[in-house]
Amino acid sequence: MDILNAFVVFANFVLLPALTYGAQLALGALGATLIHGILRFSNFAHGDTMAFGTAITILATWVLQAMGVSIAPLPTALLAMPAGIAATILVVLATDRMVYRHYRVRKVSSVTLVMASLGVMFVMGGLVRTVIGVDDRQFADGARFVFTAAQFREWTGLTETLALRSAQVVTLVTTAIAVIWLQWFLKKTRTGKSMRAFSDNENLALLSGINPERVVVIVWILSATLATLAGVLYGLDKSFRPITYFQLLLPIFAAAVVGGLGNPLGAVVGGFVVAFSEVFVTYGFKKVVAYLLPAGLQPDGLLQLLSTDYKIAVSFTVLVLVLLLKPTGIFGGKSS
Amino acid sequence: MSETANNTPFLIGEGMTGGYGGADILNGCTIAVEKGEIAVIVGPNGAGKSTAMKAVFGMLKLRKGSVRLGGEDITRLQPQERVAKGMAFVPQTENVFASMTVEENLEMGAFLRRDDFRGTMEQVYALFPVLRDKRHQAAGELSGGQRQQVAVGRALMTEPAVLLLDEPTAGVSPIVMDELFDRIIDVARTGVTVLMVEQNARQALEVADRGYVLVQGGNRFTGSGADLLANPEVRSTFLGG
Repeated sequence: MDILNAFVVFANFVLLPALTYGAQLALGALGATLIHGILRFSNFAHGDTMAFGTAITILATWVLQAMGVSIAPLPTALLAMPAGIAATILVVLATDRMVYRHYRVRKVSSVTLVMASLGVMFVMGGLVRTVIGVDDRQFADGARFVFTAAQFREWTGLTETLALRSAQVVTLVTTAIAVIWLQWFLKKTRTGKSMRAFSDNENLALLSGINPERVVVIVWILSATLATLAGVLYGLDKSFRPITYFQLLLPIFAAAVVGGLGNPLGAVVGGFVVAFSEVFVTYGFKKVVAYLLPAGLQPDGLLQLLSTDYKIAVSFTVLVLVLLLKPTGIFGGKSS
Repeated sequence: MSETANNTPFLIGEGMTGGYGGADILNGCTIAVEKGEIAVIVGPNGAGKSTAMKAVFGMLKLRKGSVRLGGEDITRLQPQERVAKGMAFVPQTENVFASMTVEENLEMGAFLRRDDFRGTMEQVYALFPVLRDKRHQAAGELSGGQRQQVAVGRALMTEPAVLLLDEPTAGVSPIVMDELFDRIIDVARTGVTVLMVEQNARQALEVADRGYVLVQGGNRFTGSGADLLANPEVRSTFLGG
């Protein structure tokens, strides 16, 4: 029995990665769920919107790096992010003006808007690839670790070790700030309350004099900002590749549906539920269990339920289970 | 119309004819309320009671007829513009922001106001004391009667001159219904003109200064609440004897 070493292995390979990934999904799901709450459709272009924001941020990062600007130990991308956010806001607002508003005025059904967003997704994906190409890109700079595995071993003297990467800390801190700010905005400000009112009961919101077009503009701004944040943090933590961001759409919607579509706090919880499910199911627990069991009972296998290739299937399964068992999500949003 | 300004009712929908696109639901129906009075629209199911009120609020397009508020023709105004003119409408269903607290519901009612509306909120709490106790609770968690109070309270937050209520007592218990009617009388006493549609015709006519019995989108009987209650034909046909 070596609970301490077991925990260190667990923290290094499950807890930290899942927390980080969960935070990134939470930010992505927040943007998608806000759009669903106000505009009442699932925005399939959200993954590619994340990619667009990240691509512009990478370009701005290169410019800053070329100019010799650095905020080390923090990654330069954090400084470049406002440019990415601004560009993404402009693009989604233009998209709304050119595509969605046309359908909104005609009061089309939600499915029509979803299909329109599918078209926007292809265009946005093409735009991203035109801007930055299809390759895998690493753009994280600054300090790579808060503390390395070697440092951790030196401090603790444990057999197992743990590294804390800067990208993980940056992700968790940024997500916490974004979620707390958004919660404050929605609960305390007049504009935020009017958005919740609009999401809750559109007709009554109109009767109360809430301007629907203003609500729509603000929700796009929030959604574009959150998408860029999510995309940049994911790229810093792992890497940027357009196709990967498209694939993030599934876990992001799984997260939003788990928490209840249209429910911001639910989206955050849903992000962590999906991330932890993915990591739990695809991690081999052999080493953790080995530390916990007496010498004679060592497991032979890897104790891995699924190969990591099936990662995407996990969020799909979570999505299907929630839709089957509780379509309104654990916190009760709109039925999807 | 040859009437002079001082005997023109404060709010009048006159000779209203129209529907939601298909056949006409209203056939030359006239509804009028004097300032600070309560007018009630009653009638059998499908008589166009709610439609008549929605027409007054501008939620359907009239083919004929006009709506005037305080002598001003508002026939062409959108519902939102009528809100700005001092009209407030409480729909029959989905009339609160269920996920928001009672206080937030009232704040949203005052959304168009840029001045300090805390005084109005105090008046609403004075009128519906139970709402003050539940002000931090989500409106969707309240009982039917309390929810109706939130709905009326939200509408009062703009300090409207006219309050339109679409079946305010639908689905509440008889005790709560009496209580709600009492509150509506209180609202009218503060000078607010009230026009409401009611299923519970007898109780509604008891509180009404003026009653309209609609049948097939037209006026069948019109008179003071007491007159209509005393009218044997109204009693036998619409009030169940």
